[in-house]
Amino acid sequence: MRSDAARLSLFLLMAPFALWIGLLIVLPQIGIGYVSLREKVGPGEYTFGLGNYLDFLGEPIYWNTLLRTAWMSILVTILALLIGFPIAYYIAKIARARSKAALFLLCLVPLWVSDLVRAFGWIVLLRETGLVSGLLQGTGLIGEPVELLYNDVTVVIGLVYTVVLFMIVPLVSTLDGMDDAMLEAGYNLGGSRFTVFRRIILPYAMPGIVAGCIITFMLAAGSYLTPILLGGKNSSWFTEQIYSQFITRYNWEAGATFGVLLLGFTSLVVWLGLKLTGQSLATTVAKE
Amino acid sequence: MTRTFTTLLAGTALGLVASAASADTLRLLTWGSYAPDKVIEMFEAENPDIDVEVTFSNNEEMIAKLRATGGSGYDLAQPSHDRIFSAQQEYNIYKPLDLSQIDTSVMAGNLLDGVKANTTIDGEVYAVPHQWGTSGIMANMKEAPDVTGWNDLCDPKYQGRTSMRLRRTILLGTAFGMGMNPFELYGDKDAYQDMLDQVTEKLIACKANIKTYWTGGDDLQGLMMSGEVVVSETWDSTAFKIYNENPDIVFVPPETGALAWIDTFAIPRGGENDDAAYKWINFVLRPEIVTLMSNSTGAIAAVPNGIELLPDDKRAAVAAAFDEDDLANLKFFANIPAGLEDMEGLALERIKAAQ
Repeated sequence: MRSDAARLSLFLLMAPFALWIGLLIVLPQIGIGYVSLREKVGPGEYTFGLGNYLDFLGEPIYWNTLLRTAWMSILVTILALLIGFPIAYYIAKIARARSKAALFLLCLVPLWVSDLVRAFGWIVLLRETGLVSGLLQGTGLIGEPVELLYNDVTVVIGLVYTVVLFMIVPLVSTLDGMDDAMLEAGYNLGGSRFTVFRRIILPYAMPGIVAGCIITFMLAAGSYLTPILLGGKNSSWFTEQIYSQFITRYNWEAGATFGVLLLGFTSLVVWLGLKLTGQSLATTVAKE
Repeated sequence: MTRTFTTLLAGTALGLVASAASADTLRLLTWGSYAPDKVIEMFEAENPDIDVEVTFSNNEEMIAKLRATGGSGYDLAQPSHDRIFSAQQEYNIYKPLDLSQIDTSVMAGNLLDGVKANTTIDGEVYAVPHQWGTSGIMANMKEAPDVTGWNDLCDPKYQGRTSMRLRRTILLGTAFGMGMNPFELYGDKDAYQDMLDQVTEKLIACKANIKTYWTGGDDLQGLMMSGEVVVSETWDSTAFKIYNENPDIVFVPPETGALAWIDTFAIPRGGENDDAAYKWINFVLRPEIVTLMSNSTGAIAAVPNGIELLPDDKRAAVAAAFDEDDLANLKFFANIPAGLEDMEGLALERIKAAQ
């Protein structure tokens, strides 16, 4: 009897989660995979095959954009790590208990504002008639208004700003668990700051670093609004092409193919990253 | 296990059905400004048993939404006239109109005939006109007084000071600017591809001249009002709005003819409340409502004296932009044959990706 009740309560607890995963993630993915294998031969006529994937390979614009998106997302991830690590270290190890919570809250505040508003914030700052350009003119550093918007640098800045928090949170929670005695031991044994960082802090923080990198990379590669609003006339982003296949060209087959390719490709990049750093998902993201 | 799961599913389905619209709701799928609150209030006051629910969208999303549901979920949609024939042929998302329920006598004859001709499939008419407007060029007359047409967007004189929307309209406009007529090439895919290749080349060469591609009316308004852009491709309605705030900025119908679109009324195949849809169609074409509507949309109603029924400020803007010759020279979008949009899409992506 007791085990039956326990099983039922476990089932009831898990049911919403299972439904969520099943209905909103697994089923749509299967559907997308199915559509991607459907080839259009005429109005309303379809056959099955790999034609959509071959089309992707045959058109350099598409895979160039995918590679570009991946490369820029990796760049964003690296920058987010470089910027996020000192902040996370300060919050976890140096700040006092009371300011710790306040600092953490300050990091969270930007998340209360939607992506769209944050992107418009950057537009207000960086456009030719914007604040930064005006300020630079006011101080006499430049004579003419300068356009800071609509280029790849702006997209990277905007993306780093959007994702850096997702780097900081796992880093803080990992570094929080590190015993200060380990650092003292390192110094006592004659280690320099750099050695202590390289031999003690870095290995300890590795699970947090990997988890943060995976999340930020996936978020950057899958982002849509920021690259579109801040990007220039030359900056294509892969999610934008997925949107245009689905919506402006009614080509669901190609859109689904692109979706599958994006998922596959980003997963591959994450897998490669794990291999290169000698980590595995079990030791990082799923760590107890 | 399975029983519980089925029950759960059934419960969810029941919940979804219960929240779906009841028969006396009019679910409208239309453009941003095509259902002003005032008009909805007046309609609901006159038809107390009908609730109006509005979803704002654009041509492409309207078709994508209706395609996803097989034409259900909405009772009335308002795509442009050139986007009905192939969408209907391919996805079967609309149902034929019952013209006896619509007072077509209030519509401008030439527009009605044009839309009917464009949207008749197997003898059935699928759409009637509502509002029309044009795409062309907008220029700040203080900075760029000599602008006459599509080619000025690529004039090095305005280096870094021009903008366009990277959609099919600019392909067509540029083709006209280069002396070709894309609509005449619709029947011949090879010739059309050849034209697209020339247009693509020209627009890639033009990229350095352009500040950025605009994506929506508000975006464009910001660029023009701030003076960051002095010449741009535009919808006339956006240009008219800006003219009211800064009379230096006017709509310039290109010398090759402004491209004209007509937004229509079409009833989705799965529409559940046709009566309310017909009531709405007849309601919004009444003269007093036409003025309210045009005030909100900036577009011209498809009634015989549509321009006179515009609010004063909009009429002044139209008068500043069009003379009789310009109106006679309008180029109405022709039906897009299936398959052409793929070719155009690839051309647009080539332009966007070029460095």
